[in-house]
Amino acid sequence: MTEPLLHVRDLKTYFVTEHGGGTARAVDGVSFDVYPGETLGLVGESGCGKTVTSLSILRLIPEPPGHIRPGSFIEFEGRNLLTLAPKELRAIRGNRIAMIFQEPMTSLNPVFTVGDQIAEAAIVHQRLSRRAARARAVEMLTLVGIPDPQERVDHYPHQMSGGMRQRVMIAMALICRPQLLIADEPTTALDVTIQAQILELLDRLQRELGMAVMLITHDLGVVAGSADRVVVMYAGQVVEQAPTRELFARPLHPYTEGLLASVPRLDTRVSQVRGRLHSIPGQVPAATAWPAGCRFHPRCPYAWDRCATEEPPPLDTPGSEPGTHTVRCWLLTEPQRRERRA
Amino acid sequence: MTLPAPLVQVEGLVKRFPGARSLLGLGRVRRIVRAVDGVSFAIAAGQTLGLVGESGCGKTTVGRTILRLIEPDAGRVTLDGADVLGLGARELRALRRRMQIVFQDPYGSLNPRMTVQQTLAEPLAIHRLAARPEAERRISSLLEEVGLDPAFARAYPHELSGGQRQRVGIARALSVEPQFLVLDEPVSALDVSVQAQVLNLLAELQRKRRLTYLFIAHDLAVVKHIADHVAVMYLGKIVERAPATVLYAGPRHPYTTSLLSAVPVPDPKAQRQRIVLQGDVPSPATPPPGCPFHPRCPHPKKSSRCGIEPPALREVAPGQFAACHFAEAPM
Amino acid sequence: MTVWTWLALAGAVALALVAAAELRRHAAARAAGRRFLRHPTASLGVFILAFFVTLALAAPLVAPYDPARQLDPVHLQNQPPSLRFLLGTDVYSRDVWSRLVYGARLSLGIGTMAMLVAVTVGAGVGAVAGYFRHWLDAVLMRGVDVGLAVPRIFVLLMAVALWERLPLVALVLLIGFTGWFVTSRLVRAEVLSLREREFVAAARAVGAGPTRVIFRHVLPNAAAPIIVSAALGIGNVILLEAGLSFLGIGVPSPLPSWGSMIHDGWQWIVAAPWTSGFPGLAIAFVVMALNAVGDGLRDALDPRKEGT
Repeated sequence: MTEPLLHVRDLKTYFVTEHGGGTARAVDGVSFDVYPGETLGLVGESGCGKTVTSLSILRLIPEPPGHIRPGSFIEFEGRNLLTLAPKELRAIRGNRIAMIFQEPMTSLNPVFTVGDQIAEAAIVHQRLSRRAARARAVEMLTLVGIPDPQERVDHYPHQMSGGMRQRVMIAMALICRPQLLIADEPTTALDVTIQAQILELLDRLQRELGMAVMLITHDLGVVAGSADRVVVMYAGQVVEQAPTRELFARPLHPYTEGLLASVPRLDTRVSQVRGRLHSIPGQVPAATAWPAGCRFHPRCPYAWDRCATEEPPPLDTPGSEPGTHTVRCWLLTEPQRRERRA
Repeated sequence: MTLPAPLVQVEGLVKRFPGARSLLGLGRVRRIVRAVDGVSFAIAAGQTLGLVGESGCGKTTVGRTILRLIEPDAGRVTLDGADVLGLGARELRALRRRMQIVFQDPYGSLNPRMTVQQTLAEPLAIHRLAARPEAERRISSLLEEVGLDPAFARAYPHELSGGQRQRVGIARALSVEPQFLVLDEPVSALDVSVQAQVLNLLAELQRKRRLTYLFIAHDLAVVKHIADHVAVMYLGKIVERAPATVLYAGPRHPYTTSLLSAVPVPDPKAQRQRIVLQGDVPSPATPPPGCPFHPRCPHPKKSSRCGIEPPALREVAPGQFAACHFAEAPM
Repeated sequence: MTVWTWLALAGAVALALVAAAELRRHAAARAAGRRFLRHPTASLGVFILAFFVTLALAAPLVAPYDPARQLDPVHLQNQPPSLRFLLGTDVYSRDVWSRLVYGARLSLGIGTMAMLVAVTVGAGVGAVAGYFRHWLDAVLMRGVDVGLAVPRIFVLLMAVALWERLPLVALVLLIGFTGWFVTSRLVRAEVLSLREREFVAAARAVGAGPTRVIFRHVLPNAAAPIIVSAALGIGNVILLEAGLSFLGIGVPSPLPSWGSMIHDGWQWIVAAPWTSGFPGLAIAFVVMALNAVGDGLRDALDPRKEGT
């Protein structure tokens, strides 16, 4: 097996809330790897800690109120990002690891042309001259499929549509040819037909540039179409991780199972869908008060007394290579309980 | 098609918005945006029409003009035979007991300075449906009906989760016991697991209260789950309208086809031919001539005719209407 | 100064302290209150305001002399501060402390009343313009533009010229009616954005009429900027009244407002600095206190700072 490009172990990012609320354990012991050239999907609902995880990797957590706990470990290309000096870290940000965000309007500076903004990273990291950087910007606009790049390079963000702005964001992120692209809900703010364009673009660029992509999303459909492996997060923890096909064919954590069942789907007959949708009862608990034991147990249909007291570790699934499909659930030790329920 | 008499009927609805003023030359030129451009449909009592489209297609404006939250420029809307658009202020208020709306944004649709109790008591007070002790009882039972503990009556919106707020929004709409509900993207802002809860609730309420829904959404998968009929909008016009079973099995308009193929399916094994539309939706201020979809249309038979002659919405199969010159030969 | 007036003064200080402490206690229990208390000077401002308000309300108890009485025009002119005359006497042998205390009534009273007038008119006009828009908005806002373009002092001077001895009510109304323009713009902007919020559409959908929508849904949500601008506005009015009185066209003598006290004493500013100095200090303290409280309120009432 190849060496992972990004190696995250026991990441804990806590936020101190000001009064009474206590400490929000937004990310609480997250571990996963990203291998060169692959797409890793990071899935979860709002409040599960997926965005905080991605921001922690580049140490973009506002401190205070947030802080990454000692004992956390994030290794990228053999270096621990958490102990890097600010200057060394800046040399990685936007250069070796790039990031794109959900809202392309607010992530672009309205007073600079898109060309200036795309070129900025190249000027900072590769010390290109302004003219060379501009040429690179045009090249990047062509690469991300923007028509008339020579002209568009001098446009301002407000002159572009949402889909175009997301393409500009991608051009900005990729100008230094990063090894890892972190895409945080890159298509959530876009319409379906534009979403399809952007996902296709990301697929193509990944093939052409050979980078790894960490795709953060709440949409299981997006993950199914793009990711090689999937990490499912719930309540600040990774509850299940597996290769995509394996996960969708055999979801083993009750949360993954419930989530998959509650998505309204197009690929079923109308006559079949007009019944009740499966839904997970209750709500995601607050990050300041995760339940004891397994954090999903209050909403879990299979839970028994052990789940309320003992927190399950990530367990390997039988019949798969260690580390490929792990599930944080006691059902793996007593699979007969699942059948009994069903 | 043989259907019971429609409860809601919309004919030729038009809404124009003044666009940005621009100082071109000497005169002040005002560009008109045709947000809704001649929309017609009918919904039978107890049924759901799904109105689908991407942002800016005019679907939200349709919902709001039906309730006269926005005044339309032309067209006809009837509810159970009563002409909605011709009503004066007093009759309109009375009519608002019979039709209600649930909004998309569960954060913006509740007054942050009013408790749930106050929010739900307001419609009861306006329509003099119940005084104090009776009102409190009705609010409790409304909250129970939407799956909330009556203790939530004393809570403020910021103390509730998104799903709980949306339930309060539904309770507010139900408080006046309407026949017809406009559901304007009611689950788009919610997480998947909560979305399923709210969709189930809406289906259950429809059954119990015999409600008629106009379900506005951008997500075809969600609409498939709840709608009996579906209408697809593009640039202010309905481009296809059909019973849900028919539309999902065999779309006739290339836009519907592309939209369906663009929805991500949570199944990595799904071998689908994904049609990726090129370009962006044109601005409704400057719609293309002819068929509004022709610049992006992937239909292999697309011809110069599409750029000149706007296709009419016509019945291409029993109950299925499409506005495409080549609807008989779908993609 | 008798024992009783000293006791009353101590009582006023104690009361102000209690009021400030009580407010802190209440504030600490709520998120908005805690944002208020995070302003270091806000609590001090509350104490200063509470102190002057107590003085104003309890003026007959705290003031040892009649504020208008000339005690002894021959022997007690411009006496420096002493135990007998806490802040000294002025050129007419009136007790400065007593005048300051009664002046608090006038200055704070005029400030508050004029501000109430201004906020009511401003909020009303702003709400109507913002909610109904179209021609009504255009007419009202052009009116506001005119109002803002005319120098306020010019209008006030004109009124004085037309009206020999300006009654207090007229002064309050004049200041109020020339001071609502900025508030109305603020409220209008707020209402314009609020009316597009979905809860307003929801209220209209359940059948609420314009009056109900404005008073129940729009204005309460615009309350924060209105309250803040009112708090800052009172300070402005006090300064304006002081300026007018200093010019001799505000509060008529011998009524003691802080402005007229400065006016009475400024010619002796070198020989008897206490006669103008103490009312000047009082104005400075109150205006700074109002600004501090206004800043605190701005943070406290800003929902964007919620949760931090």
